[in-house]
Amino acid sequence: MSALLEARALVKEYPKVRAVDGVSFEVPAGICFGLLGPNGAGKSTTIELLEGVAKPSGGEVLFRGESIAGGTSRYREKIGIQFQSTALQDFLTVRENLRLFQALYPKKRPLDELIAVCRLEEFLDRDSHKLSGGQRQRVLLAIALVNDPELVFLDEPTTGLDPQARRNFWELVRSIKAEGKTLVLTTHYMEEAYALCDDIGIMDHGRLIARGSPQRLLAEHFDDSVLELPAADALRAGSELPFVLRGDWAELSTRDIAGALAILQKAGTPLDHLRIRPRTLEDLFLELTGKELRA
Amino acid sequence: MNPIHILALTWARSLEFLRDRGTMAWNFALPLLMVAGFAVIFSGPGKPLFTVAVLAPETVPLSADTHPFLGTPSVSFYRESSLETAQAKVQRHRIDLAVDLVHMQYWVNPESHNGAVLEQLLHGVAGEPLRRQEVQGARIRYVDWAAPGVLGMNLMFSCLFGTGYVIVRYRKSGYLKRLNATPLTAAEFIVAQLLSRLVLVLLVTVAVYLGCNAFLHFRLDGSPWALLLVAVVGSYAMIALGLMVAARVTSEEFAGGLLNLLSWPMMVLSGVFFSIDGAPAFVQWLAQWLPLTPMLEAARAIMLDGAHLLDPSVLQPLLKLSAMALLFTLLGALGFKWTQD
Repeated sequence: MSALLEARALVKEYPKVRAVDGVSFEVPAGICFGLLGPNGAGKSTTIELLEGVAKPSGGEVLFRGESIAGGTSRYREKIGIQFQSTALQDFLTVRENLRLFQALYPKKRPLDELIAVCRLEEFLDRDSHKLSGGQRQRVLLAIALVNDPELVFLDEPTTGLDPQARRNFWELVRSIKAEGKTLVLTTHYMEEAYALCDDIGIMDHGRLIARGSPQRLLAEHFDDSVLELPAADALRAGSELPFVLRGDWAELSTRDIAGALAILQKAGTPLDHLRIRPRTLEDLFLELTGKELRA
Repeated sequence: MNPIHILALTWARSLEFLRDRGTMAWNFALPLLMVAGFAVIFSGPGKPLFTVAVLAPETVPLSADTHPFLGTPSVSFYRESSLETAQAKVQRHRIDLAVDLVHMQYWVNPESHNGAVLEQLLHGVAGEPLRRQEVQGARIRYVDWAAPGVLGMNLMFSCLFGTGYVIVRYRKSGYLKRLNATPLTAAEFIVAQLLSRLVLVLLVTVAVYLGCNAFLHFRLDGSPWALLLVAVVGSYAMIALGLMVAARVTSEEFAGGLLNLLSWPMMVLSGVFFSIDGAPAFVQWLAQWLPLTPMLEAARAIMLDGAHLLDPSVLQPLLKLSAMALLFTLLGALGFKWTQD
């Protein structure tokens, strides 16, 4: 696959901080690429450099092999952006907001299609300040698609949404991806990255510290599973197993689940609340950075 | 510049303004209430434009029979017993002239324009031709004088806050950042804001003027088209000033402070409610640099004196206003920033 988007040694410096520190990667056409990291890791600054909204202090961004610095206006016609937080004009309806943004692009996706893809029918004539969080994100996604872009940036699109609204939004993203569009997504929800992304990059302190498909990265770093018990049960057992406390729960990583269970049973450990789970991206981040990945 | 971009944004901003009923109602209500208030306060056959203190024995009536000058129309004569008090009032511009009929002398402040006019009227009744007296002193009610001030003030607030404050709000909420991610240019955005506010503020001002005029019958001796031109150029200058203030500011509170810092001196110094003829020279000099001052000068010259566009009393302030508008636009456009960073 050829690279649709490429970051080459991107650097962004502010007076007292280097927010992005030499980040390079390629995004092939047609995939969903996820940029992960905690707040302050530099992922939002990186995505702004990729969008052409901010100018890099060093390095460059290439779109279809050409630097975007020379033709920002042409580049903007070909991309769609959903920012982390964007207000709309309060007293315009959803339909009017869509028409306004459509008028700003030479290429326009038909309004009916946008409405259907983003499921806007029920609140199409509602003022934008009367929308719920989930409805607003759907409208912002529709605005990101008004010019039928080849490349769509989604910057933490589900932050603040309830679980149901988040899952509904994932369905929309999947349907857009199915149209063949290339997506660049930032998120700090590991579940979201795992559900949507074909390829991820993990950032910390402005640097890209890991890159690959979620499955490949997990396979590369882990060959064990995690056994979880309420902390009180695990400690009562008094076994020699090396549990690690995480709040009210104790975790045990092991390649031999059956062996571990046998030891626990022998020690009389209550197993009523036992959970066994595979390794997650959260574990990977902890492994790579020594920190938990939180909002 | 792409006219479709400008039209789309102008239309969207205009719809937003028209549908914000609270703000819209206030834009109409404020000038209506103020003009109506003045009309009630100064109701009757007409508020005299000049005030003259007369020092005369109690037995002598203040009428034209006593002295022809006391019969001058549109001049309010009142009895003053203390010469010292009358002199102090003249000195402080609280009254325009003091006449002592006992010693046949009068006191005038050489820095008062009203005093100079009255002095001529006084000379007129002493044998000079009376023509000038009729032109200067007759039929100007206070509401005629105050109406351009009130309308201009409303226009100023609407333009400054309706543009400056709104743009800062757009920037803070990320709406400008979103627009910046489209092919829209800064110039197109600025022109759309100018156009939208200009059209709406002129419609509101004309509607309020016509509404008040229906029952107050404003004096309009000059051309209404010339007056409209003054309103257009004045509005443009005010909107451009709002754009200049909002070009980079990211805090609504700071923007509000800056806009108040500009609007309140104009309220006081530009002659909205009263003339600043008696103010210190530097205050008068300062007032000349405020866009509301030349706008009101030109509007009053047209409405009250019947001046034409090419009369210096209209042309000079109009040129000054145009220069200010262009300067503010240039500075606003050069300094414009889409985002908070």
